[in-house]
Amino acid sequence: MSEVTLVVNGRKVSGAVEDRTLLVHFLRENLNLTGTHVGCDTSQCGACVVHVDGKAVKSCTMLAVQASGSTVTTIEGLANGADLHPVQAAFKENHGLQCGFCTPGMIMTATDMIRRHPDGLDEATVRAELEGNICRCTGYHNIVKAILAASKTMSKASKSKANKAA
Amino acid sequence: MYSVNYHRATSVADAVKKIKSGDAKFLAGGMTLIPAMKTRLAAPSDLVDLGHIAELKGIKVSGKTVTIGATTTHFDVANDEKLKKVCPALTHLASLIGDPAVRHRGTIGGSIANNDPAADYPSAMLALGATIVTNKRELAADKFFKGLFETALKDDEIVTAVTFTAPAKAGYAKFPNPASRYAMTGVFVTKGKDGVRAAVTGAGDDGVFRSKEIEAALTKKFEASALEGVSVPSKNLMGDIHASPEYRANLVVVMAKRAVAAANA
Repeated sequence: MSEVTLVVNGRKVSGAVEDRTLLVHFLRENLNLTGTHVGCDTSQCGACVVHVDGKAVKSCTMLAVQASGSTVTTIEGLANGADLHPVQAAFKENHGLQCGFCTPGMIMTATDMIRRHPDGLDEATVRAELEGNICRCTGYHNIVKAILAASKTMSKASKSKANKAA
Repeated sequence: MYSVNYHRATSVADAVKKIKSGDAKFLAGGMTLIPAMKTRLAAPSDLVDLGHIAELKGIKVSGKTVTIGATTTHFDVANDEKLKKVCPALTHLASLIGDPAVRHRGTIGGSIANNDPAADYPSAMLALGATIVTNKRELAADKFFKGLFETALKDDEIVTAVTFTAPAKAGYAKFPNPASRYAMTGVFVTKGKDGVRAAVTGAGDDGVFRSKEIEAALTKKFEASALEGVSVPSKNLMGDIHASPEYRANLVVVMAKRAVAAANA
């Protein structure tokens, strides 16, 4: 057993876990943050993607003890109160989901992708970057549309902020 | 996953001390080891985490000399601007590994210490004539890779960095398995002051190897056209549900052509 301390969605949390506990199980079972899903359990599907220290990782392929001391953001931590995060809003607007199982991972991957491409994204890049996220409804078309729309809104927002600052 | 004891190392010396407990294994990014433990293909009693050792991280480029710390992630290799200038083939290779989330965690040291027969990095190390630096010694890549999942590393030996001189020309091309993105065949070619080297991953029955047929043809002329009509023997190549040895033999030549074209671009 080890003591794990994390900052999850801005809140300091800790718990004693078996060393073999995966980060995704710590989030779901100890913290009751069940928005992060376990799909394949073999590091391929991406339903479990969360951000650890600002980077998208597969939480089914990381031990909770490995992450101890880190800052974690899950799907529950994206929205600002009742206001959806721009990526969440774009998925809603573009119907970027069917059954919704892969959606938390898709949105966390998309948020990370947009952060790494602040000047905008094109369709080919989005599709290549979605390599590690599988939608078994095969609804990729609207997912890609949603990510492109969110990228546009967010790069516009950051540009107008920069303009105001200047 | 079977029960395991986790130890976080604070330095290389600390990691060497901690590896002595039970049937311990070093853990870098964990992108191979953790899935292997989940399926019980690996069941170490203890894990010694190298991921928090500052001295193992980072990329240094000085002139043509490149040094990459062992726990530098694929993401950091793929996006290093200085490295991209002197050896774009290697940053390109890193950008092709797995997916973005895997690249955020997986490390170059972990990849070469694991020596998966279909991993990308071993081919680059061999073709670049890289030196593998450990806590005990420095080894030429030619002496480091020993076969399927086997290297020259001793139990308490840790890869700390890899270093190489960027060649005048280098290129990498791979035919990825459509599901796993591991190389079904990948070829890394270089042309440096010591001549031409061509290393093949994903195809050899015994892991990464240098192809003398490809090297001989490219030594005459370092162009894709030099590989027209060249054939590579299928003996000692892997055959599985994805591709027969003969199919892989053909892929070696096709990927080599693309790698040379990329190197000359």
